[in-house]
Amino acid sequence: MSVAAPSVAKPARVDVAAALKNAALTAIISFFLFLPLIGFQTVQNMRNELELETRFPLLLALVALITAAKLLGSLVIEPWRERRAARPASPHKSAAMSAVINWFTPFALGFVAVYPVLVILFVGPQGALKWVDNFGIQILIYIMLGWGLNIVVGLAGLLDLGYVAFYAVGAYSYALLAKEFGLSFWVLLPLAGILSAFWGVLLGFPVLRLRGDYLAIVTLAFGEIIRLILINWVSFTGGYAGVSGIPRPTLFGIPFNANEDGFAAIFGLEFSPIYRTLFLYYIIFVLGLVTAYVTIRLRQLPVGRAWEALREDEIACRSLGINTTNVKLTAFAMGAAFAGFAGSFFAARQGFISPESFTFLESATILAIVVLGGMGSQVGVAVAAVIMIGGTEIMRELDFLEYVFGNDFDPTQYRMLIFGFGMVLIMIWKPRGLVGTREPSAFYKERRTILGSFVKEGHG
Amino acid sequence: MREGSPLGARWMEVFVQQLINGVTLGSIYGLIAIGYTMVFGIIGMVNFAHGDVFMVSSFVALIALLILTSWLGVGSIALALFIVLIVAMVFTSVVNWAIERFAYRPLRGSFRLAPLISAIGMSIFLSNFVQVTQGPRNKSVPPIIRDVIVIMEGNGYDVTISYKQLIIWGITAVLLLAFWYLVSKTSLGRAQRACEQDQKMAALVGVDVDRTIAITFVIGAALAAVAGTLYLMHYGVVSFYDGFVPGIKAFTAAVLGGIGSLPGALIGGLLIGLIETMWSAYFSIDYKDVAAFSILAITLIFLPQGLLGRPEVEKV
Repeated sequence: MSVAAPSVAKPARVDVAAALKNAALTAIISFFLFLPLIGFQTVQNMRNELELETRFPLLLALVALITAAKLLGSLVIEPWRERRAARPASPHKSAAMSAVINWFTPFALGFVAVYPVLVILFVGPQGALKWVDNFGIQILIYIMLGWGLNIVVGLAGLLDLGYVAFYAVGAYSYALLAKEFGLSFWVLLPLAGILSAFWGVLLGFPVLRLRGDYLAIVTLAFGEIIRLILINWVSFTGGYAGVSGIPRPTLFGIPFNANEDGFAAIFGLEFSPIYRTLFLYYIIFVLGLVTAYVTIRLRQLPVGRAWEALREDEIACRSLGINTTNVKLTAFAMGAAFAGFAGSFFAARQGFISPESFTFLESATILAIVVLGGMGSQVGVAVAAVIMIGGTEIMRELDFLEYVFGNDFDPTQYRMLIFGFGMVLIMIWKPRGLVGTREPSAFYKERRTILGSFVKEGHG
Repeated sequence: MREGSPLGARWMEVFVQQLINGVTLGSIYGLIAIGYTMVFGIIGMVNFAHGDVFMVSSFVALIALLILTSWLGVGSIALALFIVLIVAMVFTSVVNWAIERFAYRPLRGSFRLAPLISAIGMSIFLSNFVQVTQGPRNKSVPPIIRDVIVIMEGNGYDVTISYKQLIIWGITAVLLLAFWYLVSKTSLGRAQRACEQDQKMAALVGVDVDRTIAITFVIGAALAAVAGTLYLMHYGVVSFYDGFVPGIKAFTAAVLGGIGSLPGALIGGLLIGLIETMWSAYFSIDYKDVAAFSILAITLIFLPQGLLGRPEVEKV
């Protein structure tokens, strides 16, 4: 290791002794930290009794890894960061960055619009099914949910831990109304949004005078209550079994099936499930665009500016005569409405829903997307959704890891582990998320980007 | 008892039995709730991962118990329980200390929701870490102590109190006394209360704020570890998912008692335990969690300062 680094202009001396001492301490602590849960494993034997197995090699490997990382951090990364911090930031680079950002959005939109076509060209209609459905539609649903929650968390600064409840309301509204009354998807889509918004107002009304973290906990409680009701009210919701056989959306009354009056038969095409998948893809694409457009427009309106003002300083807002309750309620209702749209789309796409899909982890995933994206930034949220959901889906495809780590290695079980750890790391490393700057929607004379860290973000 | 009463002749016996069960459950919730309330008191943060720390401690206790009984062949139950308790407390303290150091301390002075989001991430991480390392199945151990004392005999329904329950009550009471002494009589307790009031001022008069906060986390973890061990002993089963709901209920207890108030945490814990067992016995076991969550929401909305807490003054 080139440790002493005398050639560096800045005399950023690296204290090797201290680094070694720190690393040794880290080694000892991490050994004790992981000794019980990694050093030992409880397994059921044939008689269904618990037995212990030891995994000391794994424990030692992990401790060595952590120690090496710590050593690397204090010997290489820390001095490098100090040197970088000492250098003045070049304005040149940020201009290049902003050019990239300006071109990124139209490019990304165009890519998303032609993505299914590209996939079909590359892998053919049969192989494309998985790529359009698992990657395309799945990610777009989460982008839409992320944008919806972004209104509540990113713009209005209200931490909502029960967002999935509104998603569930939308999904069950569509599923039950479509099955009971035979109404079509296009009638129920707005209705589901309205119902969700109604629930948002209903749940929001009593809790919105609470402080930030109390509000978060109460929304979590509401989310769980709704899920438990979905589980236990069997005669209405079907309980754990959920609702199945939900009608699929149709194109102006033309169903996507193999019958005489199906889409393929009418247009003289050979039947293939890819048509329905494409149809669903473009529905959620348009829904997502609507969400983004409405949010962007709302930010220009007084209510959107009030949201952001509220996020920055609630007391200042109140002294300026803004009715904070109404402002918070509109944010809650808007967020809930988009969750309702996404929920009814989800039900229509799956054809089957159950309370399993609406757990707290789902709320936490959506929240993680918003946090990772840099609360308030639409592009950031979309990128974060692609990384997190796409990353999860890719983990399913990594079959070769089985050859590396053995047959019972299942990458997907590490998904939430990485999610959780990622949330912590993002908070430590970049509390403002991937896109840490804020474009002000209201400005004086010229638009200037403010660094997130200049903004006081206090009471919520 | 009363012949025509809707719950039959054994009304009194059932009620007393539920009272005993409720106090037992409530002691466990109370011990966890103290961790929430202390951390909230000192740094104003909802330590969302505390329930999962409790779950981790349960697993540590399970592993320690298995080592003692099946490897070392410790015969004495009292000795085994004592060692398991100590081991769980020590390792859980290390875990919570490391969590504070790694996930919360760098965020002091960041925007208000940052520590909460970090704690949510930590909570997800911990439960999935246990799932990955120990497997997703329920872990059950054979009951360690089976004996019960019959305290009321009624028409075919005996009210019993088990040794397990007595141990839980005893340990909880002893620990709470020790803890109360620690907080109200020692210099550490004084430092904690000083940090609670004003961290900057406390630092100026020579209190090591970082160390005090770290110790607060360690104490909270130790009490959670006791709760975790008792939980394992009482139910004999634990799974990676057992941190979330008990954690929320203990948080409810802390809020109900008045967050920041230590006696409040215990009273809140007992109340939540009683409400939960009574609700399961008389209304519906399916909706017992709904009851707990509803109490949480109702308390926060209508009585945010709790039973014993001070109303919070909003500072600019």
